[in-house]
Amino acid sequence: MKKRERAKILSHVEIAADIFEMWLETEAAGRAKPGQFIGVFTGDKSMLLLRPISICEVKEDGTALRIVYRRGEPGTGTYAVSQCLPQSSVEILGPLGNGFPLEAGEGKRALLVGGGIGIPPLVELAKRLDAKKQIAVGYRGSGQFFLDRDLAAWGELFLATEDGSSGTKGNVMDAIFRNGLEADVIYACGPMPMLRAVKELAAQRGIPAYLSLEERMACGVGACLGCVVKTEMVHHHTNVGNARICTDGPVFEAGEVSI
Amino acid sequence: MNTQITIAGVTFQNPVMTASGTFGSGMEYAEYVDLNRLGAVVTKGVAKEPWPGNPTPRVAEVYGGMLNAIGLQNPGIDVFLERDIPFLKQYDTRIIVNVCGKTVEDYVAVVERLGEEAAVSMLEINVSCPNVKEGAIAFGQKADALYQITREIKRHARQPVIMKLSPNVTDIGEMARAAEAAGADALSLINTITGMKIDIYKRKFALANKTGGLSGPAIKPVAVRMVYQAAQAVKIPIIGMGGIATGEDAVEFLLAGASAVSVGAMNFVDPGTTEKVIQGIEQYMERFHVERVDDLVGAVLE
Repeated sequence: MKKRERAKILSHVEIAADIFEMWLETEAAGRAKPGQFIGVFTGDKSMLLLRPISICEVKEDGTALRIVYRRGEPGTGTYAVSQCLPQSSVEILGPLGNGFPLEAGEGKRALLVGGGIGIPPLVELAKRLDAKKQIAVGYRGSGQFFLDRDLAAWGELFLATEDGSSGTKGNVMDAIFRNGLEADVIYACGPMPMLRAVKELAAQRGIPAYLSLEERMACGVGACLGCVVKTEMVHHHTNVGNARICTDGPVFEAGEVSI
Repeated sequence: MNTQITIAGVTFQNPVMTASGTFGSGMEYAEYVDLNRLGAVVTKGVAKEPWPGNPTPRVAEVYGGMLNAIGLQNPGIDVFLERDIPFLKQYDTRIIVNVCGKTVEDYVAVVERLGEEAAVSMLEINVSCPNVKEGAIAFGQKADALYQITREIKRHARQPVIMKLSPNVTDIGEMARAAEAAGADALSLINTITGMKIDIYKRKFALANKTGGLSGPAIKPVAVRMVYQAAQAVKIPIIGMGGIATGEDAVEFLLAGASAVSVGAMNFVDPGTTEKVIQGIEQYMERFHVERVDDLVGAVLE
């Protein structure tokens, strides 16, 4: 039986302003696929629900996984998680969700697109995806970079910064257009306006795009129907025009979802 | 030790069930919970037609609990009977189907379809969802409306009927008596308590529906009180729920007068909660030499 389990915190570091990286020792790592997420529990009984956090990277031997998350305001669950000390532990559930389809990009020109705290899952994807990879990521400014060097190891990296301090000035879509990036398939994770722009771009170019979505979530296993996204067609499981982000997603082909 | 209970002629191997809406149709938790261990799986509410539910955000966390405004999303009775019932039939647990509707006719249509399904042991009628505009709660907040719908459902039901009551009423005893007088075989309570959360950073309601149903450990004292008051008011059995996380919580509900209990929001927090609650009840019975779980029902000392 799968269960909520305790994972040891191997390391826990603030890698950019308000952005934390945690390596967890857990058997869940051995089962994890890029684009999946884990539920992290705060350990505080006033904050009971899991925090869905995407899996950034998996250790080669499958014994540990890395998550990178934004701390958030004091009083939030992620803030409580950020207070956990290395060598202590947290309880987790997962891996959860479907993950990015690797086969869709194999041997092709793949464009990986990430914005802000949507960037982390691209690391394990870039690592495992056997394709000609171009990776476009957007940050607020050059002082805010994180995971850029990890990504550069697995593909050609294009940066965008809102303040123009490095790379293309503007957002990640500006970086894609300015650099004339061409692809056969797109994988993306980031804020909703970015995902909408990626969906539009993919539709114009007639290529598939796989978008990782997020939503407020309670159970993480498809039972509560809290985290749904509207779908273009009646979904085969729900039998209505929406799908569960936690289990039917979080990754959807752009044409499936109305965002 | 005997953990078996009987409600309206239906026996259950133990008094621990899943609260409707928190366990899907069992399928979603089958990899986490040995469904054979449960007293019953109470399914997510099902209606005559598929219902798409409310806009998102549909859930929000609050201190010691959560708010939800799912809006009774469900795939409709056809898909439910084709897919979910055959799945649940594979397990050695009772099946209780929760029924929702917008009109009396809607409820009756579903109740009649379920009457053909022998694997369904009982029906639970949702007249207490606070998150849909038509139906549901409209029948659950006035004693005469509750009486009418209960009578109509009883006329058509082949299985024993559990009426699920709302806590958002002035006098729970009056509601319990109305359901009993109309022929309900059992009651379940409490459904969620209407609540609200505002995100002060965005100055927006946390839920798209503005209001939602509060559940989780935060509501347990309210639920225990209402189960006690309902048990004092009627003779029919009561299934108690509201924030149950442990065997001790479950025992508290039994002592207050519940014949069985349901685990709700805590399934989300730890998918193993139901099995832990069953174990906890057994440990309590062992420690205090309780022969039959029935001996605990209503056994609080006055």
